[in-house]
Amino acid sequence: MNFVDFQAAHILTLIPEITLILLIPLIMALDVIWPESRRRQLGLVTAIGFFAAIVLALVFSVPNGENALLFGGTLRNDLASFLFRVIFMFAGGITALLSLDVEGLGRKGEYYAILVGCVIGMNFMASAADLIMLYLAIETASIGLYVLAGFLRDDDKSTESGLKYFLFGAMTSTVMLYGFSLLFGYTGETNLYAIAQSLKNGDVPTATAIAIALMIAVGVGFKVALVPFHFWTPDVYEGAPTPVTAFLSVASKSAGFAVLVRVFLIALDPGATQWSPLMTAMAAVTMTLGNFLALPQRNIKRLLAYSSIAHAGYAMLGIVALSKDGLAATMFYLLAYVFTNLAAFTVVILFSRVAGSDEIADYAGLSRRSPGLALAMLVAFLSLGGMPPLAGFISKFFVFAAAVQSNLIWLAMVGIINSIIGLYYYLIVLKVVYVKPAPEGAPLIEIPRPYVFALGVLCFAILFAGTAATPWYNWAVDAAKSLF
Amino acid sequence: MNFPFLSVIALTPIIMAVLLLAFPEDRKSEVRVAALAGAAACLGLSLWVYFTYDVSAGGYQFVEKFAWIPKLGIEYHVGVDGVSNPMVLLTGIVIFTGVLISWGIDDRPREFFAFLFILASGVFGVFVSLDLFQLFFFYEIAVFPMYLLIAIWGWKVTREYAAMKLTLFLFIGSVFSLIGALAMYFAIGKATGVYTFDMLKIAEAQAAGALNFNVSLFGSMIPFERLWFPIVFFGFAVLGGIYPFHNWSPDGHVAAPTAVSMFHAGVLMKLGAFAALRVGIMLMPEGARFHLPWIYVLTFINVVYGSFIAMRQTDLKYMIGYSSVSHMGLVSMGFATLNYHGYLGAAMQMFAHGVMTAMLFATVGMVYDRAHTRQRDELGGMAKKMPWVMAGFTIAALSSMGMPGFAGFMAEFPIFMGGWSAGQPGANFVAPYYSWLTIISAIAIVITAAYLLIAVQRVFFGDISEEHDHHVGDVTVLDKVAITTLATAMIAVGVFPFLMGPMVKSGIEAALRVFGGS
Repeated sequence: MNFVDFQAAHILTLIPEITLILLIPLIMALDVIWPESRRRQLGLVTAIGFFAAIVLALVFSVPNGENALLFGGTLRNDLASFLFRVIFMFAGGITALLSLDVEGLGRKGEYYAILVGCVIGMNFMASAADLIMLYLAIETASIGLYVLAGFLRDDDKSTESGLKYFLFGAMTSTVMLYGFSLLFGYTGETNLYAIAQSLKNGDVPTATAIAIALMIAVGVGFKVALVPFHFWTPDVYEGAPTPVTAFLSVASKSAGFAVLVRVFLIALDPGATQWSPLMTAMAAVTMTLGNFLALPQRNIKRLLAYSSIAHAGYAMLGIVALSKDGLAATMFYLLAYVFTNLAAFTVVILFSRVAGSDEIADYAGLSRRSPGLALAMLVAFLSLGGMPPLAGFISKFFVFAAAVQSNLIWLAMVGIINSIIGLYYYLIVLKVVYVKPAPEGAPLIEIPRPYVFALGVLCFAILFAGTAATPWYNWAVDAAKSLF
Repeated sequence: MNFPFLSVIALTPIIMAVLLLAFPEDRKSEVRVAALAGAAACLGLSLWVYFTYDVSAGGYQFVEKFAWIPKLGIEYHVGVDGVSNPMVLLTGIVIFTGVLISWGIDDRPREFFAFLFILASGVFGVFVSLDLFQLFFFYEIAVFPMYLLIAIWGWKVTREYAAMKLTLFLFIGSVFSLIGALAMYFAIGKATGVYTFDMLKIAEAQAAGALNFNVSLFGSMIPFERLWFPIVFFGFAVLGGIYPFHNWSPDGHVAAPTAVSMFHAGVLMKLGAFAALRVGIMLMPEGARFHLPWIYVLTFINVVYGSFIAMRQTDLKYMIGYSSVSHMGLVSMGFATLNYHGYLGAAMQMFAHGVMTAMLFATVGMVYDRAHTRQRDELGGMAKKMPWVMAGFTIAALSSMGMPGFAGFMAEFPIFMGGWSAGQPGANFVAPYYSWLTIISAIAIVITAAYLLIAVQRVFFGDISEEHDHHVGDVTVLDKVAITTLATAMIAVGVFPFLMGPMVKSGIEAALRVFGGS
């Protein structure tokens, strides 16, 4: 533990969050000042704000390697949290771009303001090193997300999605809070690293420790959509506005993983708590159920919802391997998944703008209506399916390698069988896109310029992470080391 | 630094694919010309590499090596030896002729050639890889374009089914091999302290005994290589069409458009056999020694059963599809002998069968495009209409049945020699049934002769139906160039065995050294 007294320089680590906090009033003010016709640019302002925050973070806030506990131990300044924060801000920026031309979202200042608020919450989720700070951060992010999911007030599906998400979220978060309180009660500590020490000293009976792990797993499992806490996923993903779904599936999931990694690998020390058989089983079941339930789906958003459950299972492989290499693999996996899934959802958004449908059958003939969009979909879906030279292949390779390294060969086998099932349904979608003829007189699909930019960046990132994986992987390895 | 020939060969197609996708959609003829230029460049470079390879020096040449992901010991490492060099040339020939005979594709040719080139990149990449990770990387690249190529441009009746079946079979195989390779990687790393995917270093460590330990499986202890060899070997051999995992292959061949059938039977199946040799047999020789005797029985079934089923087919593409299964069985059979002649034959057969089957599919495709049927019994008298096609098909048929003077003879004869001697006392290891199975499998050659000659007679000679007489015309100049290229390769290797024999010999001697010499 490396507690550091407050110094003015510590403020620098919070530069990105401060930027985002300033962004909120700016958006609200512009929303009031600008006439309706100019409000489309709110999304651009938000996106630029996010990317500016990333640049400022890279300039001022890169951790110095001391892994110090700042602000009385509430935040930990390490590379892992930094990496996660950059991921969230990137996802936020892309989501803002994707929302521009979406009916009911794109011209609303409050939508972008809440989005920024969620990202602030997630940033603190990733860096929190204290139970109270952690819980506050989780709620900051979650409450915003509930609102976003139900943002389209006049759309029954969206309101249902928001309510469902809220009810499930509130319940699981309460259980987790109870776990936190037990943890505090037994150890007398709120700092995660102090709790770890206390657990190693044997202050908590093993059975109680497992019960605590289980309770916290409820809350975190809900966030990352692990089976059996996944029930909300398909309904919420389907009903929420698609940019919000995209954001949920990448940023919220990664934030959940950031918490999971820190709480389970650090605070609930796996040597002292023995949660790994439980989590291993959950990973195997999550992959399998997610993939099997994706098979019969007819709606692309539901398909991607189940696929995101399955991907949470793959990402868990690196965590249950209980090694630093495994943790690095999971981090790399999440990075690749953010690019890939955002690209997939971008295609969904663009398609439904023109076609007004999310049914897979309606994607017939997309390759003739827009060859570029079809190609982007090919890249995104093959990456989800784990095909080289795309990011999905190499990230799956890393997590399977981590599992084999830790002698979890059966789990790796479950993983590869699942990736075969996964490939099957991704290919079915691509078949519709490329093989089926377009309906008579279907209009060509135009792509607005901000979307071209977003899609270009994402596809390039997928290819780049899939071939020149070295710098990304090195970051992931360093980040994994910095956590301990 | 020397000119990076192999990287250029392996990456030209994929770069070409990206360029093609950047063409405007309606520039179809420009797309075709660009594709042909790319393919010609690949063929030219692979010819250059083939003929400048120094046979007397042997070993891996044209080596390039860069760090890729150093933390995991992953490198970009390419090189060719006497076994992979003919394979690179084969791929060059098939991509060139494949583009030529796909000239007539009018539905989205831009995407067609782009996917075909991505496939070619994957294939070239596997043949030149000396790094295990890189090998898998390219192997998977070679798998997925097949799905799209077959599903979009294939035969309407079965294309969706066949494409999915093929892709899943191959993907399943490759991921199982991948797990095996990872197990090997960590085992070697733990034993030597050096974690590396470099196949040459893995082979060294294996020779030093790094894999000589037992692993527990359901409570019993099994030597590492005995446990993992079948997983790795079969994972790859699925793509080589080994019995009982062969039945994706005829379906895939039939449904695929002509150029893809050529690629698929001509090159892709060799990819499986080649990887099974490089990763399975050469990196885990102890496992190979233990398991190959019973695998020999499977390859025997491959050869005999494949040829009998081919005999029963009246659809020409199914006939050649099963014939490919039978002939690829000969390749695995050669590997399973673990002796000099078997390996020499197997390596030659990979090239010979590749060229020959590409020719068969190309010529059948040409007949089908004009006569609109592939039923042997509905055709007749095609020799009058398209004499070049008749000549090409006949040459390939003669090569296929092992006629001296053609590439097939140079390949099949040594395999039978190897199989026979492997069953004799004093062989590398004694498994007496080898000789008997070899004698029986030689019958398959007779069957091959039967169905191919019947096909030649029914399709090209006899009476032409009135309808065909009116509609069927001759093939284009480009088709004739393709036929000539393939025929030249077959005859050149058959008549001048020194063009390929010594090179292959230098390659397999290195392969057999892991078994303590030949």
